[in-house]
Amino acid sequence: MQPSQATPTPPTINPKLIVPFVNSVRNVFATMVGVSTTMDRPRIKTDRAPAYDVSGIIGFSGDVIGTVVVSFQKCAAAKLVEAFAGMAVDPDSPDFADAVGELANMIAGGAKQHLGNAADISIPSVVIGQGHVITRPSDVPCVVIPCKTEVGDFAVEVSVKQLQTAGT
Amino acid sequence: MKILLVDDSRTMRNIQKKVLGDLGAVEFSEAGDGLEALTAIASTPEGFNLIMVDWNMPNMDGITLISRIREKDKATPLIMATTEAEKSRVMEALKAGVNNYVIKPFTPEMLLEKVKTTLEKLKAVA
Repeated sequence: MQPSQATPTPPTINPKLIVPFVNSVRNVFATMVGVSTTMDRPRIKTDRAPAYDVSGIIGFSGDVIGTVVVSFQKCAAAKLVEAFAGMAVDPDSPDFADAVGELANMIAGGAKQHLGNAADISIPSVVIGQGHVITRPSDVPCVVIPCKTEVGDFAVEVSVKQLQTAGT
Repeated sequence: MKILLVDDSRTMRNIQKKVLGDLGAVEFSEAGDGLEALTAIASTPEGFNLIMVDWNMPNMDGITLISRIREKDKATPLIMATTEAEKSRVMEALKAGVNNYVIKPFTPEMLLEKVKTTLEKLKAVA
């Protein structure tokens, strides 16, 4: 008799890991960009390509490990960066990437305080270009939070897990 | 009034410049990390009236910078402006010698109020 192969358990969404990011997105965009955001239901993401063309990436280490990608439609990014910086910024200039990185930094930082007592976040990296791919930890499911604003869409892709030492 | 803004994000430094410009006649200097800040401090013998410091920066982070400044200078007002919001981080920064702490994101009013309060409080005890 052949041993039966166990079907892998499909990944599930842990609200404790996702709600802090939802709240942080709302807070950052309302406070520093002056734009209100609405979110669709978070879902598990299986492909590696970010949702859109402009991605701000933050790494987590310590009690919480993984990555968070804030991925914008390019036209939405231009308008949101303009609102954040208080002036139009050329999408090809270093200042554009700087502003996208700072938005990602504030979103990750705002969520971090609710995730673990000893988590650290990295300096932001920004990738701009169609079809770029971001490698994530293979053992951590990626949850995408689709976000809408009046100037266009973006998505927050959360691929983090708490280590057992984290105060959960 | 001379203010040194230390943050690896130029966008954030520009936002702080715009907000703190409301304090009056302000001359701003900028640094993108702790090492650049130490250079700016060393080349400004008259000193700064206020130094705003981010926490997470390349080359030298904000908490190291604060400690290095406080080794020699106990008087210059230092305010940490950072996304690090955990109580333990706030305590660490206060222990290192910051006079106040602003959590990003902030509204212009929140930042200005915190800076004004800090400067007034320090002026009153001087």
